[in-house]
Amino acid sequence: MVTSPIDRLARATPPSLARKVRGLSDRTIAWIFVAPTILLLLAINIFPLIWTVYLSFTNYAANKPNREIEWVEPIYRNYARILTDEGTWSNMQTTAHFLIWTIILQVIIGFTLAWLINRKFKGNDLLTTLLVVPMMLSPAVVGNFWTFLYQPQIGVVNYIVEFFTGIPAASFSMLGPGGLAPWSIIIVDTWMWTPFVMLICLAGLRSIPDYIYEAAEVDRASKWRQFWTITVPMVLPFLMLAVLFRGIENFKMFDMVNLLTGGGPGDETLLTSIDLKREAFEKWRTGYSSAYAIILFVTVFGLASIYVKALNKVKER
Amino acid sequence: MGTYSVTEPSKASKWVAGLLVVAYTIITLLPLMWIISTSFKTGPDSISYPPKVFFEPTVEGYVNLFTTRTRPAVSELDTLPPPDGLFEEIARRQGTIITGPSRFGERFLNSVIIGFGSTALSIFLGTLAAYAFSRFKVPLKDDLLFFILSTRMMPPIAVAIPIYLMYRQLGLSDTHVGMILLYTGVNISLAVWLLKGFIDEIPREYEEAALIDGYTRFQAFRKVVLPQAATGIASTAIFCLIFAWNEYAFAVLLTSGNAQTAPPFIPTIIGVGGQDWPAVAAGATLFLLPVMIFTILLRKHLLRGITFGAVRK
Repeated sequence: MVTSPIDRLARATPPSLARKVRGLSDRTIAWIFVAPTILLLLAINIFPLIWTVYLSFTNYAANKPNREIEWVEPIYRNYARILTDEGTWSNMQTTAHFLIWTIILQVIIGFTLAWLINRKFKGNDLLTTLLVVPMMLSPAVVGNFWTFLYQPQIGVVNYIVEFFTGIPAASFSMLGPGGLAPWSIIIVDTWMWTPFVMLICLAGLRSIPDYIYEAAEVDRASKWRQFWTITVPMVLPFLMLAVLFRGIENFKMFDMVNLLTGGGPGDETLLTSIDLKREAFEKWRTGYSSAYAIILFVTVFGLASIYVKALNKVKER
Repeated sequence: MGTYSVTEPSKASKWVAGLLVVAYTIITLLPLMWIISTSFKTGPDSISYPPKVFFEPTVEGYVNLFTTRTRPAVSELDTLPPPDGLFEEIARRQGTIITGPSRFGERFLNSVIIGFGSTALSIFLGTLAAYAFSRFKVPLKDDLLFFILSTRMMPPIAVAIPIYLMYRQLGLSDTHVGMILLYTGVNISLAVWLLKGFIDEIPREYEEAALIDGYTRFQAFRKVVLPQAATGIASTAIFCLIFAWNEYAFAVLLTSGNAQTAPPFIPTIIGVGGQDWPAVAAGATLFLLPVMIFTILLRKHLLRGITFGAVRK
């Protein structure tokens, strides 16, 4: 008697279960496995996105739910207002300043650290572990605590600056007026996220096979030359990936900065995300802020796509 | 004598590199040490200038974190019966009396419930989807995967606007279920992405052998693939948990009284008369310490999640 494995199994299992397992083709299983995730993504990601697009053409205000929703006139009014508003552009500049400086500092320090750790001195594993700790912590809780370190006059940061440079601690304020606040948030972000860049650079450095250096050594290439012609080009794709992730994350930056400065003093650290929160949840201009959200999404998506293209070119070389 | 290698750094360069990294590590850890040490200071010690590195430790901060207190007039304080229990005694030393428990315990518990709930759900759904993406021909697979990942590019505030409206309609605002679903929705894209990477590495031959032995596809998945992917699943879970644990933007906008987690709560801790920094530091310490310990113990398993799968080993 010929029995298929399925039949054997069906006999061995209780009838109700057997009926269930018997008829399931791979195709069905694939759909059963993927469907819940797709449904959840539709509910939490896609549907809200479509709703945001719809709202961005209306005058809806979430704090007045009973007011009739009307299309704005002309239909692109919210978008036009945002794009012609000087405030938006100055916030974009603030965000760009934050983005560029955090990336520059994190790349320089992160790469240097990775390069040093790659000397494989004793205990480098333990140090890497300790270095990673800040980036695993809650940015909100940490950001909140940095306001304490940054307190004017009595703050630890002010004390350390006075100790090392002699500039009186009472003469400047890290988060207050005086132009230091944009740098203060850059310092905290760099403190938190340099280990991330370091980790990815380290992965890049460790991916370079030894024989390449050995060959260079045979060719009598100087260490300096080896660094620029082997190390840097081989790590570059990794580094670019790290920059991409940091760029996207910091474009979205909200939690840490919201607790450190809340956008202040004045509008000095008003990143786009914080501005968006003010428009949406303080001024309750839901339609307007929906358009704002779409503009931010398109910007980050567009920039990231262009960047990924460049990244792929570098990888191909 | 070891063998000479051109790629092995010299002893001197190792020393210099080691010292520089140690120095940077110390600087990096200073703010964290400061949080922990502040949590054991008295109020006046925490804001003294110059800052106190050495001080007499106290648990005032922790007592204040878990209680609400009032400051009665000094004459009234003298007429009270002697303090009952350690908490009361410590409160009395600061010239205050305890009026009740604070909300920190609740908020911490909310963080635990929402963190573990969303992690369990993300892993359950994520593993199934990742297996399907890894093993079967799913139409539009690549687009779908890219799309799943690109949802993480949305600024959280942008997502929060429609979610806020949607939850208000559905009655999910400020509920644990709402937050669990939301964090799962945010986490699942990365979970699927990471898990697919782990499952891709399990040779198909194992399952095929099992299928020939008469296992159904589902059994092969459960009995062959799942045990093999256990490490990957665990490290993805830790990553999801840490995300949910640390999340602030959604929590501050979508929760208030009932389901609020600890990150939006800790910054609002205010003592009797001004910001109570030791209490804030105590809250921060209790909240951050589990993650610090987790990170140190499980670093190797975290790397892949942290780097979005870029680091494979």
